[in-house]
Amino acid sequence: MAHERETDHATGVETTGHEWDGIKELDNPLPRWWLWVWYATIAFSIAYWVAMPAWPGLHSYTKGLLNKSDRADVGKQLNALDAQRGQGAAMLRTASLEQIEKDPTLQTYAQQVGQSVFGDNCATCHGIGGTGSKGYPNLRDDVWLWGGKLEDIQYTITHGIRSGDQNARMSQMPAYGRDELLKPEQIDDLTEYVVKLSNRPADAGAVARAAPIFETQCSACHGLDGRGNQELGAPNLTDADWLYGADRASIRGQIYAGAGGVMPTWAGRLSPETIKALSVYIHANAGGQ
Amino acid sequence: MSLWKHHSKLERHSLLLIVGILLVVSIGGLVEIAPLFWLQSTIEKVQGMRPYTPLELAGRDIYVREGCYLCHSQMIRPLRDEVERYGHYSLAAESMYDHPFQWGSKRTGPDLARVGGKYSDTWHRDHLIDPRSVVPESVMPPYKFLAEKDLDYSDIVDRLKTQRTVGVPYTPDQIANAKKDLEAQADPFSTDAVALRGRYDAKVVNRDFDGDPNKITEMDALVAYLQMLGTLVDFKSYKAQAPENQR
Repeated sequence: MAHERETDHATGVETTGHEWDGIKELDNPLPRWWLWVWYATIAFSIAYWVAMPAWPGLHSYTKGLLNKSDRADVGKQLNALDAQRGQGAAMLRTASLEQIEKDPTLQTYAQQVGQSVFGDNCATCHGIGGTGSKGYPNLRDDVWLWGGKLEDIQYTITHGIRSGDQNARMSQMPAYGRDELLKPEQIDDLTEYVVKLSNRPADAGAVARAAPIFETQCSACHGLDGRGNQELGAPNLTDADWLYGADRASIRGQIYAGAGGVMPTWAGRLSPETIKALSVYIHANAGGQ
Repeated sequence: MSLWKHHSKLERHSLLLIVGILLVVSIGGLVEIAPLFWLQSTIEKVQGMRPYTPLELAGRDIYVREGCYLCHSQMIRPLRDEVERYGHYSLAAESMYDHPFQWGSKRTGPDLARVGGKYSDTWHRDHLIDPRSVVPESVMPPYKFLAEKDLDYSDIVDRLKTQRTVGVPYTPDQIANAKKDLEAQADPFSTDAVALRGRYDAKVVNRDFDGDPNKITEMDALVAYLQMLGTLVDFKSYKAQAPENQR
């Protein structure tokens, strides 16, 4: 074809021979460096096809000479991580909760594991510092709904509360107002009674009227003295700690609707060793019993 | 070399050029995409996957409507740190009934592929109504209106039929009872819940997801959807290390 080419007089460069309305196109060569880089990428792609998983077929795909698999790799990395943590994890596995808490090395180890796990999983509800909020218990004080011993905490984390787990901690406060178990004025009286229980000034007449209602309806779980029952997760009503609010409207709302929080089961998500470490962490950083 | 001369024909006839371009581009699509539809190694064989229940499907539609996928991914990649934080990496089988899939491409918020069961319904409600009430550092916008808005499920039967058209194996029984199943799942005391479980899975839970027993809201649907994400596959029977499951 070269013999057909004509040369542009002004630049001395051959034209492509294309002509559009009298305008012709110069046929400058591509920069050498660019061309070589381009050839190199072609060579690389062929090498990549051979080495790595690439071409789909009818039933499978070419696996490549390196037999690379992201899933196999992450499996190995996780095993390596396990091996790296092995010593500490093995100690956590065999030691009892009390032993972990007494042994300074184990205690430090568990605290660190616990802290990072708490931040990722528990802080979402219980707050970054574990101080909780309305409806989400404070884990930094010495008030415990379901028990604050190491074993209690471990059990709660493992099975959860009203979580749907077979062994979950279960109890349900009746919705006295919504389900019309008590009349609105009886709920008003009970509210005064509960306010009085926590040593605050309350309407004496209402308190007297509510006393028999409290005895028949509430004392089975909260106790005759209102001090609660950790077996049933029934809160102590005589202290200054209120999960759903201390004011009269909140107390009345709780008697009306009988809210009960749900804590998920962590057994499937966290390993038993991790739950142990977390229990020790929470026990040590709150007023554990 | 005379073949090159024919190129001028392509360049001078726009329709011919378009046909040529389509031909070349479709080769790329055919080679890269088409085999995924017949390759048996694409979708892992797992236990536990089922189509979404009508309530979950309605929740998923709200998830898509609100653009949750713009800030949340549903794809745990096979990388050590992701598996450590979120759990087992996502499988292709887990999005086989997703049309379209919700893998997402950006994480302003955390990955949601296994958020199901991680928090309580109450937490989800509090968090959707006012994210900063439970996560002070959150930048997520509030979705308070979901709790107030009645769920419109008048077309739920058609939505299931649409899913079936694109390949989700809903049975005629599931389609016919879609409305009843949706109402059953949002009611903790429903007598139809047994039938719902029979049609889908024994693990389907019927409860009052939004804490408002008087009506079925968009919050009910969205929380029901979020609470089942990533919980279906039985990882006890899934052999992650088996050769056929390697990618």
